[in-house]
Amino acid sequence: MKTDLDIVSPPIPEEILQRVEAKGINRRDFIKFCTATTAALALPVSFIPTVAQAVEDKRPPVIWVEYQSCSGDSEAFLRANQPTAGEIILDLLSIEYAEVLMAAAGHQAEEAKHQAMEKYKGQYILIVEGSIPTGAGGGYCTIGGHSAVDDCKKLVQNAAATICVGSCSSFGGIPAAAPNPTSAVSVSSLVPGAAIVNLPGCPVNADNLTATIVHFLTFGKLPAVDRLGRPKFAYGKRIHDNCERRGHFDAGQYAEAFGDVAHRQGHCLYKLGCKGPETFHNCPTIRYNEGTSWPVMAGHGCIGCAEPGFWDTMSPFYRRLPKVPGFGIEDTADKIGIGLAAATAVAFGIHGVASCFRKGGSMEEDKTGKEAN
Amino acid sequence: MNEIRYVWQWPVRICHWLNVLSMIMLAITGFFIGRPFMTAPDTSMYIMGWMRMLHFSFAYLFTVSVVARIIWMFIGNEYSSWKAFFPWLTKDGRVAFVQMLRYYTFTGKKLPYAVGHNPVAATAYFGIFILFIFQIVSGFAIYGQYAPGGFWDGILGGLNVLVGNQWLRLLHHGVMWLLVGFVINHIYSGWLMDVKERNGTMSGIFSGYRFIKSKDL
Repeated sequence: MKTDLDIVSPPIPEEILQRVEAKGINRRDFIKFCTATTAALALPVSFIPTVAQAVEDKRPPVIWVEYQSCSGDSEAFLRANQPTAGEIILDLLSIEYAEVLMAAAGHQAEEAKHQAMEKYKGQYILIVEGSIPTGAGGGYCTIGGHSAVDDCKKLVQNAAATICVGSCSSFGGIPAAAPNPTSAVSVSSLVPGAAIVNLPGCPVNADNLTATIVHFLTFGKLPAVDRLGRPKFAYGKRIHDNCERRGHFDAGQYAEAFGDVAHRQGHCLYKLGCKGPETFHNCPTIRYNEGTSWPVMAGHGCIGCAEPGFWDTMSPFYRRLPKVPGFGIEDTADKIGIGLAAATAVAFGIHGVASCFRKGGSMEEDKTGKEAN
Repeated sequence: MNEIRYVWQWPVRICHWLNVLSMIMLAITGFFIGRPFMTAPDTSMYIMGWMRMLHFSFAYLFTVSVVARIIWMFIGNEYSSWKAFFPWLTKDGRVAFVQMLRYYTFTGKKLPYAVGHNPVAATAYFGIFILFIFQIVSGFAIYGQYAPGGFWDGILGGLNVLVGNQWLRLLHHGVMWLLVGFVINHIYSGWLMDVKERNGTMSGIFSGYRFIKSKDL
C-alpha cells in the first residue's frame, strides 16, 4: 500500500552524477545541494532530477559587478565553510567577471568583462551588488573610466536576466539612505522594465541567490516575484509569522532590555524594536551560514534589512515606530499623542470654566423665561 | 410651544454607539499592540493574541458601522444626509458657521440655532469621517501583511509599497491620538451645548428626540 511516507525522490540519473564527479564535486554534496535547492524553491521532490540536470548541463556565463557596495554580499556567498552551495554553484557557473574573485585587474579585467558581454550577449546572468550613484553625472563611482550608470545600463540591457543581490542594488540600501548624498538608486530604477529580480537583505542570503540561479537554469526564467520584485519563494512570508519566538509574542512575554531575565529566557524581542512584523524574508526558516543562526535566534531583533529604505524607515532600530518627522529623537508618537490629548483636555477644561461664568451666552433667557409663565 | 422632533433616526444612533464602543476597544487594544503594557507571567497565556483578535474584530465592526453610516447619508433624513456635513455650501450655513465660531471663541454671544448638527460640528465630523476612513484603510493594509496575496493584501497591499509599511503604522498611531483629542472635544462640546441650548442635545443621542422652539427656526 502506498502512503505519504513512500514518496521518495526519483533518482538523479547516474550519468549526471558521474559527470559531476569527474569535475571533482563530491556526489553526496551534489545530491544534497540539489535536494536543498529544490526545497528552497518550494518545488516538489520530483523536481530534483530536473534541477540536477539543469545545474549540471548548463554552465551559464555570469558577470558579477559591484558598484556602491561593501562586498558583503560577495563575502556572504563565498565565506561559507564546507563544500557548500556556494562552492558547488561556483564550479557549475562560468564566472567571467567578479571583482572580489578574479585574478585579473585593471584594463585586462575590464577588457574581459567587455568581451564576455559581447560574446554572451543576451545569454549571461548579471549579478549586481551595490547601488548606482547618479549624482555628479555618475562621477561618484567609476570603473575603468566608465561611470557606474553607463556600465550598469549596458550590462543590464545585454543580460539574459539580472539578479540584484543585497539591499543596495535592490532598493538603494545604505548609500541611498537620507540624505542620499550621491543620489544612489537601485538597478530597477536605473533600468526600468528590464528582467530584474531583487534579492534584498544585508547581506543577501547565499541560499536564496543559489536557488534563484537554479530556478533560472531549470525553467529558463526568473522566479515569480512580489510587488517589490522579490522572489515569492524567499520573500513571500513575514519573518514574524515564522519566527521561533512567536509563541512568546502571542503569549505576551517580552524582553524589556538586553540581558534581562526575559531576554535570557528567549522571550520575544518586540519591545526591543524587532522589525520582524514589518519584514518579509525567509530568515527564520533558512537562516544564515548554512542554517546556523539568524539575528532573532542570536538574541537581537530584526532590523528589517530586506525592506525598501530600511535605514530610514526601520530606524530607530530599538523602537517600534519611526521617528516622527520634525520632532526630537526622544519624542515617540505616543509621547506626542499624550501631549496632544492633554493639551486638548486642558484647553477645553478652561473653555468650560469660562463658559460656566459667561452671561447671556445661552438661550435660557428667551426660552425658560417664557416657559416658566 | 416646544415641538418634540425625531431628529436622530435609529440607524444614526446605532452607528454612533457602535463607533463609540469600537473606538474605545480599538484605542485600548491598538495601544497595547503598539506598546504591550502587560507582560504575561506564563507562556501558556495568550494576551497579545487576544488583544490582536479583539482589535481585528472591532476593526471589522467599526468598518461596518462607518460604511453603514455613509450609506445612511443617502437614505436618511435631512439631519443625517451627507449635505449636513457641508454647511458652508449654503449662505445660511456660512453665516451660522461664523456665528458659532464666534460663540466658541467668546467673541459673539448669539448661538445659531440648529436642529441637527451645528455647522462647526458638522464640518469637524466631515474631517472625522476622513480620519475614520484613513484608519480603516491603513489598518487593513498593514493587517493584510499576514497573508501576502490574500484579500486585504490584494486590494490595499500597494499602500505598503507606496507609503511604506512603517510610515503607515506611524500614521495609524498618530491618527489614533488625533481621534482621542477629538473625543475629548466632542464630549465637552456635547456637554456645553446641552447646557447652553437646553434642547436635549445629550438625551437626543440616546432617544433621537430634540426639543425645538418653533421661533428659533
